[in-house]
Amino acid sequence: MLCCICKEKEATVHLTQIGGDKMQKVDLCEECAKTKGVDDPTGFSLADLLLGLGASQEIEQAGGEAGLKCPACGFSQADFKKAGRLGCPACYQTFAEPLEGLLKTMHKGTRHTGKVPESLRQGRDLSNRLKQLQEKLAKAIAEEDFEEAAILRDEIKQTTARSANTTAA
Amino acid sequence: MELHSFLISPAESARRKGPHDRIVMSSRVRLARNLKQSAFPGWAKKPERIRVLEVIQAAIEALPEMQGAFSGTMDRLSTLDKQVLVERHLISREHAAKSAGSGLVFNRDETLCFMINEEDHLRMQALCPGLQLRLAWATIDGADSALEKKLNYAFSPELGYLTACPTNLGTGVRVSAMLHLPGLVLAEQINPIIQSVNKLGLAVRGLYGEGTEALGNVFQVSNQMTLGESELAIVERLEKVLAQIIEHEENSRASLLEKKPKMVYNHIGRAYGILANAHSISSKESMNLLSLMRLGVDLGLFPGVERSLADELFILTQPAHLQQRHSEKLSAEERDVLRADMVRERLRPVSRPLPPPPAAPAGGLDKTAE
Repeated sequence: MLCCICKEKEATVHLTQIGGDKMQKVDLCEECAKTKGVDDPTGFSLADLLLGLGASQEIEQAGGEAGLKCPACGFSQADFKKAGRLGCPACYQTFAEPLEGLLKTMHKGTRHTGKVPESLRQGRDLSNRLKQLQEKLAKAIAEEDFEEAAILRDEIKQTTARSANTTAA
Repeated sequence: MELHSFLISPAESARRKGPHDRIVMSSRVRLARNLKQSAFPGWAKKPERIRVLEVIQAAIEALPEMQGAFSGTMDRLSTLDKQVLVERHLISREHAAKSAGSGLVFNRDETLCFMINEEDHLRMQALCPGLQLRLAWATIDGADSALEKKLNYAFSPELGYLTACPTNLGTGVRVSAMLHLPGLVLAEQINPIIQSVNKLGLAVRGLYGEGTEALGNVFQVSNQMTLGESELAIVERLEKVLAQIIEHEENSRASLLEKKPKMVYNHIGRAYGILANAHSISSKESMNLLSLMRLGVDLGLFPGVERSLADELFILTQPAHLQQRHSEKLSAEERDVLRADMVRERLRPVSRPLPPPPAAPAGGLDKTAE
């Protein structure tokens, strides 16, 4: 097996990280392990190394569709490759596709589950509620429970009206 | 406003108490936030950075909990001031390198600190003594909720808070604790611990965060992933791991005392010997020896001495704090001499460590009498 950094020498150092249900492996030759600080565990974090490796690999792949530029700030994919940071919040939309794999490598999930600003919370609650109701309605119709479907349809109408109000406000 | 007249004294800072402060020196939660429709600081041009700075600085200054806070721009602080702030863990080394277009606001007791235009438009942290991650989270969560009413945060329902580096995306939260782990280091158990903590997706770093060495047996443990897990889940996960590390540290100390008491007393006695008698000492050496002295206080070898003495010297012996006490610019050699003078002076009232008398062998006295 070849070292995954220099891709030249035989890998003799093998590291494994388990985070949630993901397992990641890194195989390094002695020299690369040393330069990455793997032989000195006090100054070394496997997670850092993995992030770094994952990032450079993913960015490399993403580099294939060169020429992508953020319309909001002019940041290019080449800039991201160089800096490892993005140009502006809108870049997340511009580079959504190339970022997807990178986020998967880095994080526990790809969907935010934490705090939401108060001003957005109400709208989000309503849209979640709406989604639930629509699923229930589809189920009721499939099961030919038309009484239930009628109730749900009314509820959906009300919720849609409320959500339109909050977005307007 | 002069910075050094604003900072609380190292003595006061060292006397702060918190749960498990024998091992957990402090708990910290930081959040990364950015404004919609503005380029991130690393990409924004100077006029845009200054505009963002003005908007955010005003919003922070208006918070009720920030009344009477220190608030300034980075170009107004000297290199020495910035270094002192790094040594106090109020700003990152990256922020210390910033100048015009970046700013800093922190409250009187240094528990809330806001860096403006560091890697992100806003990095805010709550710092509590001892193990109090939940309090730190509640504090910074409150400040963030007050600020979101005035600042238009960049937020996406799918990706959460949008940050300059994708590694902070989502919650933008870093929950961390600073741990003093001399027992695990002396017992040579620290590396397996670091490795298993890493395997859980948590990072272990040195005294000053990313890419720094673990001086004075001080380690920072923090979450690595920010997307796909809620803030509270991250706090809970870290709490579980910290409880285990604390237990391992206590076990290491107990088993060292039982199996290799001479080794422990030797290290602590020599540390005291050098600190109390040296005439030149580097900050690195003094931190490593002060760590052993702190352990000695924990183990009862310095009766009547408070742990805060070691913690205070831990702050005072660092290069910028030492330089700050002297008007003329000191060379590294001069600092080493002045550091040793100060430590000797402060340790004068401290008597040398006294190991507990060896326990008499069971029934030993009676038998020799026979």
